Formats: sequence, C-alpha cells, structure tokens
Amino acid sequence: MVDQSIAGAGTVATASDGDRSGRARIAILALCLGLAVAVLLSLTSGASDASAVSVVGDWLLGAAPGNEALSARDRLIVYDIRLPRVTLGVLIGAALAVSGAVMQGLFRNPLADPGLIGVSAGASLGAVSVIVLGATVLAPITSMLGTLALPLAAFCGGLATTLVLYQVATRRGQTSVATMLLAGIALAALAMALTGILIFMADDRQLRDLTFWQLGSLAGATWQKIGSVGPVIVLALAAMPFLARGLNALALGEATAGHLGIPVQRLKYTAIVGVSAAVGASVAVSGGIGFVGIVVPHLLRLAIGPDNRYLLPASALLGACLLLLADAVARTIVAPAELPIGIVTAIAGAPFFLWILLRKRGVIDL
Amino acid sequence: MIEARDVSVAIGGKGIVANVDFDMRPGEIAAIVGPNGSGKTTFLRALSGDLAYSGEVTINGRDLSVMKPVEAAMLRAVLPQATTLSFPFTVREIVRLGLLGGRSGALPGEDERLPERALARVDLDGFAGRFYQELSGGEQQRVQLARVLCQVWAPVLDGKPRYLFLDEPVSSLDIKHQLIIMNIARDFARRGGGVVAILHDLNLTAMYADRIFVMHRGRLAATGSPQDVLSDDLIEKVFDCRLRVGVLPAGDMPFVLPQSAV
Ligand SMILES: Nc1ncnc2c1ncn2[C@@H]1O[C@H](COP(=O)(O)OP(=O)(O)O)[C@@H](O)[C@H]1O
Ligand SMILES: [Mg+2]
Repeated sequence: MVDQSIAGAGTVATASDGDRSGRARIAILALCLGLAVAVLLSLTSGASDASAVSVVGDWLLGAAPGNEALSARDRLIVYDIRLPRVTLGVLIGAALAVSGAVMQGLFRNPLADPGLIGVSAGASLGAVSVIVLGATVLAPITSMLGTLALPLAAFCGGLATTLVLYQVATRRGQTSVATMLLAGIALAALAMALTGILIFMADDRQLRDLTFWQLGSLAGATWQKIGSVGPVIVLALAAMPFLARGLNALALGEATAGHLGIPVQRLKYTAIVGVSAAVGASVAVSGGIGFVGIVVPHLLRLAIGPDNRYLLPASALLGACLLLLADAVARTIVAPAELPIGIVTAIAGAPFFLWILLRKRGVIDL
Repeated sequence: MIEARDVSVAIGGKGIVANVDFDMRPGEIAAIVGPNGSGKTTFLRALSGDLAYSGEVTINGRDLSVMKPVEAAMLRAVLPQATTLSFPFTVREIVRLGLLGGRSGALPGEDERLPERALARVDLDGFAGRFYQELSGGEQQRVQLARVLCQVWAPVLDGKPRYLFLDEPVSSLDIKHQLIIMNIARDFARRGGGVVAILHDLNLTAMYADRIFVMHRGRLAATGSPQDVLSDDLIEKVFDCRLRVGVLPAGDMPFVLPQSAV
C-alpha cells in the first residue's frame, strides 16, 4: 500500500503544533546561502588563482574604470569557462530535483523519478535522433529549428514517455508502484534499444560526442547552449510553484483534490508538460544525470515535510547545490582528466536509493 | 437546495445507479441508506461532480455539470468513504488543505486558527502535530472530517446555504464519537447548511435524519421521514433481513440505543 510505505518517515520529530512552515522557510533561507557559497567556490576553484575575494570584487566593481580585481586571463576563465558551467549546473540541478518532486506528487509516489522510470531515456532518444540524423534524414526540421532542435526533440521524447507511463500506471487516480516501475523499465529499454540503433549508425565524431554526453556531463557548457535550453528550464521552473497547492491536494487522491477546488486534469497536464520540458532540456545539454530527482526531494521531505509550497523551491536550491558539488568532485577526483558527472551522481545516489528501499522494506507492497 | 432529477450513472458501460430523484432543503440532514453495493457511494460521487451522470443535478439552483471545481468547492465539502495519503503530512497540514480552494467563510484573519478549532470539534485536541499515517482508522476519519469542516466552516456564505456530503462518516468510530460527529452534522444543518450522509446504523439514521433515501440495487426504493420509511416490510425487502421496528429484545437481554444518550 502506498500510504503505508511512507509511515517510516514519521519517525522524524515534528513541531508539536504540526506547522512546519516556519522551519521550511528557515531551511530555504539556509539553502539560498548554501547555493551562494557553492557558486562562489565553483567559480574560484581550479587551475587558476582567482580568489573568491577578487571574483566578488570584480563583480562589484563591474565596468567601473580601473577595475583590476581580476587579471584579463582570470576574467576570461571565470566568465567564459567557469560561469557558463556553473550556470548550467545550477539550472540542471534545479530542473532535475524539481522535476523529481513534481513527478512524485503527480504519481502520488515517492519513488517516481524521471531517470528511474524512463523519462530521461525517452528524452535521450529524442536528443540522439537529432545528433545522429540531424544532418541527413531530419535535416529539413533541424535546419528550421536551429539550436532549438535538440532540446525540443528531447522534450518530445520525454513527453511521449511520461504520457504513456501515466496512462499505463494510473487507474482511477491511483498509481501502482509496481506497474509504474516495470512500465518504466520497459519504456526505458525500448528507448535505449532505439537509441542503440541510432548509435550504431553514428560516425566516429558523433560517437565521441554521444558517449560522453550519454554518461552525463556539464563539460562543454557554453553561453550558446545555455541560451538554447536556459529559457525552457527557467520557464518550466517558473510554472512549478503554481502547481504546489494542487500537488498538495493531490496527496489526498484525485477525487478529493477536485472536491477541494483543484482543476485536476489541468494540473496533471501542466505537471507532465513542465516535467518533460525541464527533463528534456536538461538531457539535451548534459545527458542522463541520474538520482538527483529522487535523492533531493526525499531528503527535504524528511527535513521540512512534504508541503510542495516549500518542497519545490527547496528542491531547486538543494538540487543546484548538490549538482555543483558533484561537478566539483567530477572535475577534481581524476584531475587533470574529468569524470562524467552522471557517474558521480550515480555512485552517490544509487546506494541512497537502496537505503530508501531498505527502510521501507516490508511496508512497500509491490 | 439540492435537486437531482432522474440521475443515472454507468461505469465502464455497466449501469450502477438508475433513475434516482433526490432533493433536500437547507436546514436538513438527508440520510442515504441501503445495503452494501446498492449504489450509495456512486450516487454521492455523481452529486460531488466526480462521475459523469445522465439526468439533472442542481445545487442552489445552479447546474452541477457546468460548475468549475472551485465553484463547487465553495458550495460543498466532501468526506469520502476512505482516503489514502501518499506523503507524510502532519494532522494540521491535512486539515489545513481544507482551506485550499474554497472560502471557509470564517471572519477575516481567522483562517490560520481554523485547523485547531476544527480538530477540537471532532475531539482531536492536541493531535495537530501527529503524523496522519500513524493514527488509528477512526482518528484518521475524524481528521478528514475536520478538513471538510474547514472548507465550509460557515454553513451559510453570502446568504447562500452550503452542504456537507459525508460518505459513512461514523462507520469506523466508537459510539461516543459517532454521537459527536452526528451532532456536528445536526449543528451544521441547524445553522442553515445542509447535510447529505450515507449511514449504515438505522438507529442513528432514525435519530438524526430529517429525510431518508433508501437505495436498493442502484434504485431508490423509498424516501420520506424516518417514521414513514422505516418499516418491517421495507427492511425485509431492501436488506433481506427479517427485523421488526420498535420491538424490544426478549427477556433481560441488554440493548443500548444511541437514542438513549442524555
Ligand atoms: N469504479 C467502479 N467500477 C466498476 N464497478 C463499480 C465501481 N464503483 C462501484 N462499482 C460497483 O457499483 C456497485 C455500487 O457500488 P457503491 O456505490 O460503492 O455501493 P455502496 O452502496 O456500498 O456505497 C457495486 O456493485 C460496485 O461493485
Ligand atoms: Mg459506499
């Protein structure tokens, strides 16, 4: 039973009056500070000696004449190499974590995650189609859409997968965990097989692009890439807060959410399109970065409770922080080479996921 | 005023409720009784706007089928037969969800205190900080009722009556809390609202209902005041059980009726 599976989380102490909103606000404030620190550290760590003080100094002085807080070389490194990468990390971390939280609310299930249930695989299929076939079969479409082709294809792939999954796994507003996970496996397998065919057709140059991209990476972040997916992610994230109340009501079931005045059908479709857009855009630039969407909301629910009004913004902030952290690990652990960030999130996230399952063992009824 | 004319509901091509006429005035408690599977819940779900129906339903003269969810949420609150919860909310957080879409009708600035007041009314003082999923079935049902009360806190809003739709509100409760909940319903009706309740206990029904609607195999078998409806014949026909109304048990067998509450 779904509702029983969560009872374990109740061991965490709660405010005696049952109102966790004060605590949640403090947590969000702390996460804002944490993110600021993480951004600054990411901008200043690496093979250049630009210090945090000089970066902040340069930023404060801006275009003021005589601003020599950073040397020309450091400025190039900070603004043209590190800042795009950090920006992308923040956008994608936020997008993945919020998508996870929204999807869990939508499926009424804490195990729903875009990576786990095949949505990312569907998005990958869309993206790989464009990478491999963009110059040949799909040329008329890609030339028309330009840099939007890749994120758009990923979005369509993710959307198609989510819609199929939702239809298959949900009956009368109740999602079966088993059906959802198994259908996700089937859809992911199908998407990956089709992706495999495309990879088989790829030439050597495309192949190198694909391998690194598939494992998930923030390397190669440019302002141009951010320009093509940033607006999509920002738009999707901006829409999510409007879903918060509806998702809270949905925790009581679709019928009750409707009784409370929520237009449930519209809520569901907005959520599905928003998640597909955010995940599609993320996958298009950085490949499959797994587990952020499940780990972040889960940790936050333990800390501040499941109220989506706070859970969604807090997920965005913590997702961004954790992805910057993972990127720092990916960049430094095998320096001067670099690991794909997807490997880092999987190594940290997969055991965490197992831990969630262990805690719920016996009460989760597949 | 709620009026339903010739309401039929089919689910998956199978007719479940057929040709039901139902009407009630504000100030009343209307009880729906009938054996398991007779279509009580299905009819109430049609009345709540959850299921497509044929026929006509109006609430306060407005056609239900063209009402937006938020408009309906201001007119009535619905207590389902069972509620499952997918995330670990506290009791207060659940009750507060009642304030989400509609208008409680409480004085301005009082909404934040409503969850505690509603919990006190259902005899759950001090439960606000507990986790919903850790409560007993009866306690959970009362938390849901507190949520429902928050949604239509004022039985009359802008001069228009509002309604409580309760699907088996007392089935999992002990006798004390059955009486507490039924008294809340009666109080809601006396202050100008209306209550539609699906009940199984015929004694409670006789005690509290102004009008009874008896359902049998998806149809309305009888309707009227408790005095008119509750007869040996009807009970035998509908419940397939030979019982006699108003007959005391033989000898010194003890019996306890809710009507004896002092
Ligand atoms: N969603 C559904 N799909 C198919 N049959 C249903 C559905 N809901 C209820 N039924 C059937 O309709 C009949 C009436 O159900 P219900 O209205 O829940 O009865 P009750 O009077 O006990 O509340 C039952 O036979 C039940 O099996
Ligand atoms: Mg029923």
